[in-house]
Amino acid sequence: MVDFNRFTLANGLKVLVHEDPTTPMAVLNILYDVGARDEDPEKTGFAHLFEHLMFGGSVNIPSYDEPLQRVGGENNAFTSNDITNYYITLPSENIETAFWLESDRMLSLAFSEKSLDTQRNVVSEEFKQRYLNQPYGDVWLKLRPLAYKKHAYRWATIGKELSHIENATMDDVKAFFKKHYTPQNAILVVGGNVKTEEVKKLAEKWFEPIPAGDKYERNLIQEEVQTAARQETVKAKVPLNAIYVAFKMPGRLNADYYAFDLLSDILSRGQSSRLYNSLLKEQKLFSDINAYISSSLDAGLFIVEGKLVEGVAVETAEKAIWAELEKLKTELVTTDELTKVKNKVESVLVFSEMSLLDKAMNLAYYELLGDADLLNQETKEFLKVTAADIKRIANETFRKQQSSTLYYLTEEHA
Amino acid sequence: MLNRQLAPDFKQVSTINFIQPSHKTLANNVPVYTIYSGEQDLVRIEFIFDNVNWNAQKPLQAIAVSALINNGTTKLSAKEIAEKIDFYGAFFQTEYVQDHSSVTLYTLNKHLAAVLPIVKDVLTDSQFPQEEIDIYIQNQKQKLQVNLKKNDILSRKEFAHALFGDTAYGVDIQANHYDELKREDLTAYFKAAYAPNNCTIIVSGKFEDTSFELLNSQFGQDWAPGEAKKNEFSFNVTPKAVIYKERPDALQSAIRIGKLAVNRAHEDFPGLQILNTVLGGYFGSRLMANIREDKGYTYGIGSGISSLQDAGYLFIATEVGAEVCADALTEIYKEIEILKNELVGEEELNLVKNYMLGSMLGSLENVFSHADKFKNIHFFGLGYDYYQNYIAKVKAITAEDIQLLAHKYLNTEDFTEVVVGKK
Repeated sequence: MVDFNRFTLANGLKVLVHEDPTTPMAVLNILYDVGARDEDPEKTGFAHLFEHLMFGGSVNIPSYDEPLQRVGGENNAFTSNDITNYYITLPSENIETAFWLESDRMLSLAFSEKSLDTQRNVVSEEFKQRYLNQPYGDVWLKLRPLAYKKHAYRWATIGKELSHIENATMDDVKAFFKKHYTPQNAILVVGGNVKTEEVKKLAEKWFEPIPAGDKYERNLIQEEVQTAARQETVKAKVPLNAIYVAFKMPGRLNADYYAFDLLSDILSRGQSSRLYNSLLKEQKLFSDINAYISSSLDAGLFIVEGKLVEGVAVETAEKAIWAELEKLKTELVTTDELTKVKNKVESVLVFSEMSLLDKAMNLAYYELLGDADLLNQETKEFLKVTAADIKRIANETFRKQQSSTLYYLTEEHA
Repeated sequence: MLNRQLAPDFKQVSTINFIQPSHKTLANNVPVYTIYSGEQDLVRIEFIFDNVNWNAQKPLQAIAVSALINNGTTKLSAKEIAEKIDFYGAFFQTEYVQDHSSVTLYTLNKHLAAVLPIVKDVLTDSQFPQEEIDIYIQNQKQKLQVNLKKNDILSRKEFAHALFGDTAYGVDIQANHYDELKREDLTAYFKAAYAPNNCTIIVSGKFEDTSFELLNSQFGQDWAPGEAKKNEFSFNVTPKAVIYKERPDALQSAIRIGKLAVNRAHEDFPGLQILNTVLGGYFGSRLMANIREDKGYTYGIGSGISSLQDAGYLFIATEVGAEVCADALTEIYKEIEILKNELVGEEELNLVKNYMLGSMLGSLENVFSHADKFKNIHFFGLGYDYYQNYIAKVKAITAEDIQLLAHKYLNTEDFTEVVVGKK
């Protein structure tokens, strides 16, 4: 159970407070409701590049990191296809420094040319390090455009290509800031050794004077129902053949989300899971096999991926994956198996409450979903899922015409 | 009117409280250290074993035993073990690091009585079925093939081997090492190492006396002692070595440079940690400020110091654009020389001190972190005064002290420099 208090400032900024007196620390987490899905298709990777620029100084404070480190704090941020999330942890007695820094960059950035130049380079190196200079690193750069034809999920947060980042201009940066970085587009969570009254005073002092700005109305093109199987083969300098199968599934707010999460657990959570035992241990077709969901806000993906044992034909491996999926469409999972994945999820949720930062991030994310209290309802939602639900969604999802299959093959064997 | 240019007042962290363990022993003398916290109804139990009987001809023994220990006992198959653990929502993890192998159980207290016997079965009766070994060998060799395509991993392997040779700290694992794995070597190692006379149990969470009795009834008896000799190594600082592995297709080069230093038991260690922080130990460090934030050569660069039982070492690591690799190296050495030739300014030093104290406070997030802090000192024979000394040292260190340490430990004539990619 993660308790919280909630209020909204006059400019529309939502504030949540989680009091945890057991720690001497505090967390200030701010989620901006903007991700790679909000980008212009010709300027992809921008939400993430922008996240880097948020550390390049703000209108009244030339350096963001230095004053924070000086009071014993640390910070970081991440960008996904849906959101951009920034967080600070610091000794709670210095919490006002976090309000000062975070509110100033919501007010306005310094927009320094030097920072833009540097971060273009840094992000280009990040692109190389994580996507281009790693075996299988570019899989998602291939799989996304195969699975999505219309929706902005067809590109990764890093962007479609390096040139989009290299060509970013200061005008783009300013426009992006004005459009997305407004109080009404953000959720602030303060947690740890703090009191709600004190947080309220600080929020009113530092954040309330920030102009509300214009409300961003999201109007994304949604993906059409896929009606034909898609397949692509990539050859690269990798040592092993790999296969990725992506199925369409509903978005995060769909009532079946919890059933999908459990379905992926049945297939691949841990060493008692189906794919691990059948495909890796018994049939010895894969050296590595996984199933997971993308958990995106708009219609998402259910992915099965694996690396093949040397000498196994990719078609054989693919058939074996389908045989496992077909079983879920025709046979009900047993009570024991369902109880097993539910118990595991319950445990994971209890253990996740050991981390103050996780709690703060989760509150912000569930508030974005509509209500932070959904976080405390999760266990209940998981427990509601029945074997019939699992069978039904397996039938709705694991269909050839809704699948996108990527063969990622080694050049040496081609 | 709100003055946004004026930083709010702040305080340096004054006190840091450590939860110290209570110490009991099982009936067979296995020590149990408990870090108690009653906030969540859960517990983590770590069974920690020294790595023993090092044999350079069989470098994978301890690693493979750690990976395969939960793959079958006389009573239970690998799948049955996993199913039982998962059914109770528990987590069973095995870990091999340079000095220790551990088996860790995470569970909600309500399931503790149900899962402990499974752990007992694994720790006392693991059988290492040949079929599981064969699957392991095949899949690990495949993983190795993928890893050998990663410049960063190659640079780590080269660096460790240059410093530590064919010891547990440095051996360069190749495919043939997997092929040579024998079942009898694994069972022999298991019997020798996973034994009560080589075990330390560290518990963290809500662990009451009744739980201790449960633990004692399972692990305090019917567990045969083993015969083992704890690994011991000694190393000498080697003169400058330059290792270059060219990868013509590389978009980035992995750089890893450093040398032997001292471990946590040495009096210089806290000071060395401070020096390391200034150089490359946090986001605002000299290396990050220069090589990422000024030059944009990399997504990240850092330095670290590592404390092993029989050695300590310091390193600087990064992945940089292949075309700027030589420039990046020049800048790294330049930053080292600056630390030796110029005193760290007062403002920067104060910042680093405050940052390190805040970081120490923040690293004590929950009861598990408190247990980790205990492990850090316990296996070096140190007590909690280590942390009091550390905090005092951070508060008191001067720019002159840091410069002296830089001269003592950042002697680049002894550095091993590894580059994988292009330069």
